[in-house]
Amino acid sequence: MTRLLLLAPYIGLLWVPFYNFEEPQLFGFPFFYWYQLAWVPLTSLLTYFVYRSVRHDG
Amino acid sequence: MTANIDMSALAVFIFFFVLVTAMGFFASRWRRAESLDHLDEWGLGGRKFGTWITWFLVGGDFYTAYTVIAVPALVYAIGAYGFFALPYTIIVYPLVFAVMPLLWKAAKERGYVTAGDVVRGTYGSRALELAVASTGVIATMPYIALQLIGMEVAIKALGLTGEMPIILAFLVLALYTYSSGLRAPALIAFVKDIMIYIVVLAAIIVVPSKLGGYGAVFSAADAAFEAKGKGGILLDSTQLVPYVTLALGSALAAFMYPHTLTGIFASSGANTIRKNAVLLPAYTLLLGLLALLGYMGHAAGLQLESNNDVVPTLFKTLFPGWFAGFAFSAIAIGALVPAAVMSIGAANLFTRNFWKVWINPDVTAAGEAQVAKITSMLVKVGALLAILLLPTQFALDLQLLGGLWILQTLPALVFGLYTSWFRAPALLAGWAAGFIGGSALVWSDGLKPLHALAFDGVTVSVYTGLLALTLNVTVAVVVNLILPAKETADDDLTVVEAESRS
Repeated sequence: MTRLLLLAPYIGLLWVPFYNFEEPQLFGFPFFYWYQLAWVPLTSLLTYFVYRSVRHDG
Repeated sequence: MTANIDMSALAVFIFFFVLVTAMGFFASRWRRAESLDHLDEWGLGGRKFGTWITWFLVGGDFYTAYTVIAVPALVYAIGAYGFFALPYTIIVYPLVFAVMPLLWKAAKERGYVTAGDVVRGTYGSRALELAVASTGVIATMPYIALQLIGMEVAIKALGLTGEMPIILAFLVLALYTYSSGLRAPALIAFVKDIMIYIVVLAAIIVVPSKLGGYGAVFSAADAAFEAKGKGGILLDSTQLVPYVTLALGSALAAFMYPHTLTGIFASSGANTIRKNAVLLPAYTLLLGLLALLGYMGHAAGLQLESNNDVVPTLFKTLFPGWFAGFAFSAIAIGALVPAAVMSIGAANLFTRNFWKVWINPDVTAAGEAQVAKITSMLVKVGALLAILLLPTQFALDLQLLGGLWILQTLPALVFGLYTSWFRAPALLAGWAAGFIGGSALVWSDGLKPLHALAFDGVTVSVYTGLLALTLNVTVAVVVNLILPAKETADDDLTVVEAESRS
């Protein structure tokens, strides 16, 4: 079931009305930009959780 | 652009170029194999690349020199819409994590080198193999040409004129790829990627500090789009669907290309690939920040002849000569790695799925390696001639179609990992429908990748590649249902079993 985490970035990024805004800003970045950039480490992290849960077969 | 040559920039450029050339030739001795006279060695580096080498190689190969030039150029020209490359290069990795370890295992067990091998092994169909392999080759050729365009921009920024520098650079590349195979770009990728990281980090720290911070950069871009009356730092309502369909379609296509698949097959194991799916997004962060250079161009008030000049001009304007030279070297070397891997991927396809099948079935392992080496040279010379002799727009249009074409190989390449339901004639019919239908749509839309669909009076534009893939899968399903089931014959037709665990 952990594998379902891999779907999260698709939901978070492919529904643009979630993030097509200017506010709130972060370090001068409009929301549109920092939201999508934040998905980069988040996706890595989620994939890492899934990685730890699969059987390692070389 | 003036013909002034900054000597310190040129010296830095020449230093790095000589360095990577030496590395390219030395690479044949790196992690030395008993002999390079085997396609597994020349074309896949012995399938022994561990996590870090794979990370540098795939990163260096997927985030190409053209990306470094074109993504900021697109963002400079139209704003937020150009950022679709960011969601694209994020959502591609969960897909790599889920699919590519299975494909690697099938390839390793059965000695597949190319996508064509996978398809023949899975479905036992020469026709489907030929369709997939030739799609791979023709989708890759214009991609190599684009790397040359990236390199041309960097060389021009140095103040060098004429075609000699680029011809020289490409011939040197062709020679060491010939002698070292995939080991050459794998080794050079270390240098290239580290250089690009330094360049981008410097840019995202130094440039905003000179231009008054990120807030000022975004406002300047916003004001510039306002004044132009085109583009913006947010998407307008007509851009939403194009943005996501381009991101999704590009992500599905990304690892179907011969150069990315070569990086996957060359890795040492399924786990190496999984770890890379976790680690490769580091490059995506870099790409996202790099894209912002387009906005920095507006904040710096650059006057450009062409949008593609935004990155080089920014470095020339805001950095000392030697560092600008370093940045241009990074971009030019950045073109060499993907161009080498692409030509190797295309050469592997030609050798395994065309030469060995149709010309000389009895070719030895050493003969195979020889054919691939020569093909890799011809492919590069072809790309060079295309850039020198044909209008640049031709390569750009073909590259755009190439993305649509390669996407049509996905069902044949991937579905067999999960189900044995599909049969070769159905997949072939689907491929043909997607390939021809998609190309015709792009053509009728004036070589634009978006097609307008009307639902109840509401018009939305969708990435044509995704429409073509939908047609492809639909046709494959229908044909498979209609076609009478044939008895499955020999071992060749055994479907690679999907992994049972999940």
